[in-house]
Amino acid sequence: MSQSESLPAKSSLPEISATELTALYRGMLLIRRVEELAAKAYTQRKILGFCHLYIGQESVAVGAAVSTKDDYWMAAYREHGHAMAKGVSPKAMMAELFGRATGCSKGQGGSMHIFDKAHKFMGGYGIVGGHVPLATGVAWAIKQRKEGRVAVVFFGDGATHQGAFFEALCLAQLYKLPVVFICENNFYAMGTPLHRQSAVTSLKFRADGVGMVSEQFEGFDVEVVRERVAAASDFARAGKGPVLLEIVTYRHRGHSMSDPAKYRPDGELDEKKKSDPLAITKARLTDDFGLVDADFEAITDDVEAEAQAAWTFAHDSPIPDPATLYDFTYAPTEA
Amino acid sequence: MAMIQIREALRQAMQEEMRRDESIFLMGEEVAHYNGAYKVSQGMLEEFGEDRVVDTPISENGFAGLGIGAAMVGMRPIIEFMTWNFSLVAYDQIVNSAAKIYQMSGGQYSVPIVFRGPNGPAENLGSQHSTSVESLFAHFPGLKVVTFATAYDAKGLLKAAIRDPNPVVFLESEMTYGIKGEVPDEEYIIELGKADIKRSGTDVTLITWGKQLFTVQKAAESLMAQGIDVEIVDLRSLRPLDHETVFNSVVKTGRAVVIHEGFIFAGVGAELVSRIQEACFDVLQAPVLRVTNRDVPQPYATNLEKLVYPSEDRIIAAVQQVMER
Repeated sequence: MSQSESLPAKSSLPEISATELTALYRGMLLIRRVEELAAKAYTQRKILGFCHLYIGQESVAVGAAVSTKDDYWMAAYREHGHAMAKGVSPKAMMAELFGRATGCSKGQGGSMHIFDKAHKFMGGYGIVGGHVPLATGVAWAIKQRKEGRVAVVFFGDGATHQGAFFEALCLAQLYKLPVVFICENNFYAMGTPLHRQSAVTSLKFRADGVGMVSEQFEGFDVEVVRERVAAASDFARAGKGPVLLEIVTYRHRGHSMSDPAKYRPDGELDEKKKSDPLAITKARLTDDFGLVDADFEAITDDVEAEAQAAWTFAHDSPIPDPATLYDFTYAPTEA
Repeated sequence: MAMIQIREALRQAMQEEMRRDESIFLMGEEVAHYNGAYKVSQGMLEEFGEDRVVDTPISENGFAGLGIGAAMVGMRPIIEFMTWNFSLVAYDQIVNSAAKIYQMSGGQYSVPIVFRGPNGPAENLGSQHSTSVESLFAHFPGLKVVTFATAYDAKGLLKAAIRDPNPVVFLESEMTYGIKGEVPDEEYIIELGKADIKRSGTDVTLITWGKQLFTVQKAAESLMAQGIDVEIVDLRSLRPLDHETVFNSVVKTGRAVVIHEGFIFAGVGAELVSRIQEACFDVLQAPVLRVTNRDVPQPYATNLEKLVYPSEDRIIAAVQQVMER
């Protein structure tokens, strides 16, 4: 393994079809719309605590899911989009945000701890960087059991300064574990811009110190993410070792619902909104696949209905039974 | 019955469980090719191979987290810390990941993992290598905290810890790995959360755990010679805590002294004293005392170091004090 090795230019995925790209567009729009409703619910105090929105970054999770549908995913606390991209139902997720018994984590987790074992969505985590070593352990199990899967772990630029992140890279490379590390570089760790977090602002170079293959690219176009994550997961799945991807992205909202994001330079957000993932893919579907306004209206209506149904389900669901308070501290010991 | 060292008892527990269950692996610094810093895992690489007895770099946060992730998807890792002092750089993984994942996931992901290694002071190792960590982990719901003094308990408790579906903090002692004890030839398991009365008596209850049991037993001999009939309760599990056995003993004797390594301030002894006064107030004949480390970071010099730990003399003095009431 040499540091100069790079991923193959082309993944094993076929050329994208109109049907597939339309589905990816719909997936991104669903995340956008569900989160907009979550933001509204937050202002109405139906969702409490911390609530970190993914709006603007949807192309990363949706594109990454194409080649890793049956693989294990872990993400940090900005994970609503990853959960839905991985197949977690908007109803179960919204109910979790509302703190309801029907939530995917039974109201125990909340916004930062979305879990859904059936979809191999292994959680959102609230200690920055702390979950990255966990993904190496999932990959350890995959390798020992020869499952042929990969572990995909998402984290932000802020996590790449944590020891846990670096230790995870060291171990994954040492043991040649099938992990795809995805750093979503949205340029802000809470309110601190990248150049004030790190002397090295190309975060893919974090991989060089452990001899890991890495790649940096812009992730606003879901097709690019689809293709490059597939190349990385092909590589890891083939037993060639882990990969660090630095996917450059941008969040349209503040760090959390309580952050007005006044630290951004004037005009930056407007400039970045020109590369809104939804706009890029909509233009591509229009220009190259012949979708027309009526097609988009149908998709929008369909998404709106699903998002509203999630809201209604969450709103109408029961709160957790107080009798269950102690049910989730220890797993029952077998007799 | 065979007389074996505690390190052998621990090794047997791991070997027997690893032969029984292929999902178990041992991972840590120097556990494989070096045969263990304290030779607990001697010969295990040869038997189980490099996929199941795994050397790591010096990266406790990383490999503790690796173990937790593997446990979430059904492996049963045994993570060895060369000493528990080094676990503090993995504290986030044990406290924020291992202890909470079952809860955060609404019961979807359990974390069947054992973290084990020597806890507490050895000799002349200075303050950074002499920490007793039990109170740091016993604080958290979601963790089990287990320790032992004898070879018999070591083996039976470690086998139970490995089979437990929850994260278990398993505390050993560098000073006692070479101590021999009787271990049955046939298989046995000791249920977690059960204290053991190491000596029955009527006058005063001495509650302890880990290698302080040996100090307490020596003190007990002197006390018996003075005509004080002590009962010794070896907790073995700090979480879950067998308060029934403790309360029953205190109800019988009316007096108690808690002896442990580690600091008195917010130590596990404070929890015991509190629970005893809540449950046994009406039968107590004297305040419940604690004999613990002196409240200072561990000094290096031998004479100062010896002042810090619970000693026979300090235990005897505390017992005499509660007997005077």
